[in-house]
Amino acid sequence: MRISELLKSNKNTDQPIVGNVHEPIAHDSAVKHVTGAAEYIDDIVEVVGTLHAYCGLSERAHAEIVEINLDAVRAADGVVDVLTVDDIPGHNDISPTGLNDEPIFAEKTVEFLGQPMFAVVATSREAARHACEKAKVEYRDLRHVTDVVEARDAGYPNVTAPLTLSRGDPEPVMKSATNTISGEMRIGGQDHFYLEGHIAMAIPEEDDCVTVYSSTQHPSEVQHMVSHALNVPANAVTVLVRRMGGGFGGKETQSNLFAVIAAIAAKKHNVAVKIRPDRDDDMISTGKRHDFHVDYKAAFDDEGRIEAVEADFSARCGFSADLSGPVTDRTLFHADNCYYFPNVVLRSHPLKTNTVSNTAFRGFGGPQGMLGGERIIEDIAYALGRDPLDIRKANFYGVEDRNVTPYHQTVTDNILERVVGELEQSSDYASRRKEILKFNKANPVIKKGIALAPVKFGISFTATWYNQAGALVHVYNDGSIHLNHGGTEMGQGLNTKVAQVVADEFQVDLDRIKITATHTGKVPNTSATAASSGSDLNGMAAQNAAQQIKKRLVEFGAEHYKVDAEEITFASNQVQLGDKSVSFGEFIKAAYMARVQLSAAGFYKTPDIHWDREKGTGRPFYYFSYGASVSEVSVDTLTGEYQVDRVDILHDVGNSLNPAIDLGQVEGGFIQGMGWLTSEELWWDDSGRLRTHAPSTYKIPLASDMPRIFNVELAKWSTNPERTIRRSKAVGEPPLMLAMSVHQALSMAAASVADYKIAPRMDTPATPEHVLMTIERLKKERPN
Amino acid sequence: MAASVQTEISFRLNDQIVTLDEVSASQTLLDYLRLDKFLRGTKEGCAEGDCGACTVLIGRMVGDGLKYESVTACIRLLGSLHGCHVVTVEHLKGYDGDLHPVQRAMVDHHGSQCGFCTPGFVMSLYGLWLENPHPNRHEIEKSLQGNLCRCTGYAPIIKAAEAMAENGLPEDDCLMAERKEIIQCLKSLKTENRISMADQIIVPANLEDLARAIEDQPEATLVAGATDAGLWVTKFMRDISPAIFISHLEELQTIDSNANGVTLGAGVSYSDAYGPLVKHFPQLGPFWDRIGGEQVRNMGTVGGNIANGSPIGDTPPPLIVLGATLTLRGTSGNRTIPLEEFFIEYGKQDRAPGEFVEQVHIPALGKNDQFAVYKISKRRDEDISAVCGAFLLRLDEAGSVEAIKIAFGGMAGTPKRASNVEAALIGKPWNEETVAFAIEQFDQDYEPLSDWRASAKYRQQVAKNLLHRFYSETATPELLSSLPTMSAA
Repeated sequence: MRISELLKSNKNTDQPIVGNVHEPIAHDSAVKHVTGAAEYIDDIVEVVGTLHAYCGLSERAHAEIVEINLDAVRAADGVVDVLTVDDIPGHNDISPTGLNDEPIFAEKTVEFLGQPMFAVVATSREAARHACEKAKVEYRDLRHVTDVVEARDAGYPNVTAPLTLSRGDPEPVMKSATNTISGEMRIGGQDHFYLEGHIAMAIPEEDDCVTVYSSTQHPSEVQHMVSHALNVPANAVTVLVRRMGGGFGGKETQSNLFAVIAAIAAKKHNVAVKIRPDRDDDMISTGKRHDFHVDYKAAFDDEGRIEAVEADFSARCGFSADLSGPVTDRTLFHADNCYYFPNVVLRSHPLKTNTVSNTAFRGFGGPQGMLGGERIIEDIAYALGRDPLDIRKANFYGVEDRNVTPYHQTVTDNILERVVGELEQSSDYASRRKEILKFNKANPVIKKGIALAPVKFGISFTATWYNQAGALVHVYNDGSIHLNHGGTEMGQGLNTKVAQVVADEFQVDLDRIKITATHTGKVPNTSATAASSGSDLNGMAAQNAAQQIKKRLVEFGAEHYKVDAEEITFASNQVQLGDKSVSFGEFIKAAYMARVQLSAAGFYKTPDIHWDREKGTGRPFYYFSYGASVSEVSVDTLTGEYQVDRVDILHDVGNSLNPAIDLGQVEGGFIQGMGWLTSEELWWDDSGRLRTHAPSTYKIPLASDMPRIFNVELAKWSTNPERTIRRSKAVGEPPLMLAMSVHQALSMAAASVADYKIAPRMDTPATPEHVLMTIERLKKERPN
Repeated sequence: MAASVQTEISFRLNDQIVTLDEVSASQTLLDYLRLDKFLRGTKEGCAEGDCGACTVLIGRMVGDGLKYESVTACIRLLGSLHGCHVVTVEHLKGYDGDLHPVQRAMVDHHGSQCGFCTPGFVMSLYGLWLENPHPNRHEIEKSLQGNLCRCTGYAPIIKAAEAMAENGLPEDDCLMAERKEIIQCLKSLKTENRISMADQIIVPANLEDLARAIEDQPEATLVAGATDAGLWVTKFMRDISPAIFISHLEELQTIDSNANGVTLGAGVSYSDAYGPLVKHFPQLGPFWDRIGGEQVRNMGTVGGNIANGSPIGDTPPPLIVLGATLTLRGTSGNRTIPLEEFFIEYGKQDRAPGEFVEQVHIPALGKNDQFAVYKISKRRDEDISAVCGAFLLRLDEAGSVEAIKIAFGGMAGTPKRASNVEAALIGKPWNEETVAFAIEQFDQDYEPLSDWRASAKYRQQVAKNLLHRFYSETATPELLSSLPTMSAA
């Protein structure tokens, strides 16, 4: 509900405040969104003299640069300058993990088609973009590899250290097991397709200073990258972002390039410089979700209980490491999904390829790990002729035993049985599955499928030091509140939730709190807004700041109004001091006059987590989020086209800080996951050129792709057993993986053409083509 | 002969008239709004008309009436706007001075998350609400085919669309209230003259004047809906000057529908063609709804889809099997050719310098004709065909194939007939055996390419299966269900 309306009806002093935690308040910018008044970086009115930069990109996937002639570029209309490696005052590197493997501008060799080589600075964006086309580059081609299997076979190196997780000893178990399966799977990548593409605008300041507006999930990293590139200390660089038009992980590290180029140009010419790639160039030159090849084998008993699992996850990382280390780590962390593997070895292979460097994307490798694990479950089910749900349940983590993960963390908050049990009932899974089996017998062309997918997702950055956050809260002497924290707003409603936490602490209406742009000058050393951690971390930090101020206010109140501290309470926009009630504004004014400090910096770090990567043991996750979905699909077996008929979801967000916003995350995450597994296909041609580089060729879901029936519920009974902010749970990433049930239902529909006797083994994305080809294969393999 | 030449274009932008005397051929409406007018509520998401973040409404006079349609400003070229009314998100007003009913519904139902696509959704829904304030789900989805949202998963946006009318009805909307004034304004902008600016743009006064302009400058780019030419500008950075804009020419917008069939002027948009076409060929309805998104159908023209000769254009396969003919107008008069013969090879059409497509005629179906068209794409809506197949069949009294026409897009360098398949069917009994044999002939007719839309293998397989499907639909419909909503109109 909108704050403005709620406020109209909330004039009485004994009514609860508007915008408390756990209330389904609308996104703080909703009115600005619908009126077009919400300001994104490209909407900021440019200061006089602003120049525009544009990147010249490599036309080859892997080549030596023999000669690069930029004369025609420099001579083009409107061109002010062309930036090359020589114009970088500091380091030609933006590698986020410090491996020094990701240049701003390629110098001697290019390692993927689309790699920036130079940047034009011109009087208009159009002039800069046109001028880039005029570069004459002589290349000497080198062998290029774009595919992950090809890279593995060609002995391409890892871009970063691989990981192995192991417990027990699978090998002897495999040898002596009653049943085994083995196979391989390909899992496609995904473009983020944030609606607002990358953009940065840098404004030079006195001394060595610069302010950069960057559409980034990680302002502190942008700050550090700019400082390295300019060779100035971090304190000379200020980065801010009010909001992004979507991020999804695509702006965790990929914003660095644009911010750095804008800053270099701005300092060199002492004017503001803006850079915004065209959508196609954005898609070609920035990283995506990793695609994977999985080799797996498993041993299991006649009931489908897994005895051992061995799997190798090879990832197309692209030309540099970027975040591929932690991404492929998280793949292994989630290969178990909800299932206990008594003996297990999981290995990652973060392989180099001559493609854009892949990066963070909602789920951060976890979804690919889960999909691999779920493939094993499905193979076992088809091998035994059982409903895959039976096999899933047979392998769920136990509560008292069978509860240790491949990374030796004990699962202590398991609510799988309740989540899956309730969803099974509410979705009427069992009888619908029966009906579908009947339908498939009667219909030769259209086939249906149904599947229930459970999800367990670990919450915390596995880089333990990232699990910290800061906030800055000012109460001005008119009683208005300024809120700032280290998290960034990309649509997920973080600012709204954190503001609700602060409103609740002070017991004032939400509209008293001004949400402000994330700003490295206000809260330093922030972590990326990523890993679903935004409200967990920043909510706690803001609460801490508010509580510091409150403590001072209570001390002041006790002294000033001569009451016991215990008799002071904040409620309903009032401060109750014994028998006396004072409005919040009046109270603040009095506190100010008494020289009480009304500003505080809050801090939070997640307790109890630790991770030893060398040993592969620890407690990397503070807690787990759970959810489950049931999907039903119809497939046209002549064309491979399909439709998602119905989806039921039950998802756990603990005690939700804002059920409306959380529901939006669950629905949106599901549809995004569905796109990843169905219509979104990345396609490189033989020269290494990405040919699906715009919405005309890269197909994310539309309104008409939404399930015909879509029932989404939050598990209202759930509460986080850990002491998180108001016992809520993270929500950003986990729901994406609920879409696995769409893929599994499509697989079942395909399997029906071979009477469910053969594991369908459909790779992703399950485009109509891949569905039809799977069907054709199964028809041929069908036993007569 | 045009009376004289005028050197400026004028249109109404929200509540003001703007007059421009310097417009380049490649200037887009979006850049004009954002860079020149600082109207930055309209966003650039893709610059190719596919994401809808830049959706605005364009009002234009149709006869004596005023009609508003959603378009994507990123590929709408400024030179085409003379006499139009451009409405941006900044123009929406609530009846109570607060939010417009459409905006209010979006807020109340949590229809925005990151908010970047939101103004575009609001404008598409506004266009829908003006015409149809109580839309059903299919109508909502259809009106939103050209709008991408990456955050919400659409559920709350659809709920908002269903609730728009609860907040107010179009009668009280400013575009309705001010209708008289706007019509008067647009009428006053109408000119009998050609508009011409430097070497950049020509806006012909009438058809006669267009013919003359093309004759004078046969190298000029003809721009109708700009759903393709717009991308030449925004993606290929091609200089399309001089450009001749024709979307305003009423003589190219004629629709003649009678017992003999339908004749469409080359400038008729997909949206305007829908009604008369579907009346004659109901099978085209669901197919037509899958061409582009709503904004593209409002801008793009059947004539343009044919004239640019794409091998994956959606309209040629069905129009070829329906026996459509094309009338080309040139310096030495008009000529009419079968549509099929227009496509010579990839990138080459039977259009002489100075010639332009004036109209397309589609004859009515014969009494016993059975017609079907199928589109295969990765995503059902707003996608380009991987394969598009059309079939026209007439059986004789004995149940043998008297006439068959099969044409495919996406299978060759041009939209192409499956002549070997047809030959294998003609005169044969329409049964499974005949069809099974004919299906093998696809390998003679087509050698499709592999690309990002589909592999050659899939294209060939699915083409064969579509003949199978067409056969089943005509012979054993009881065995064949369709995906429930795929054919829902």
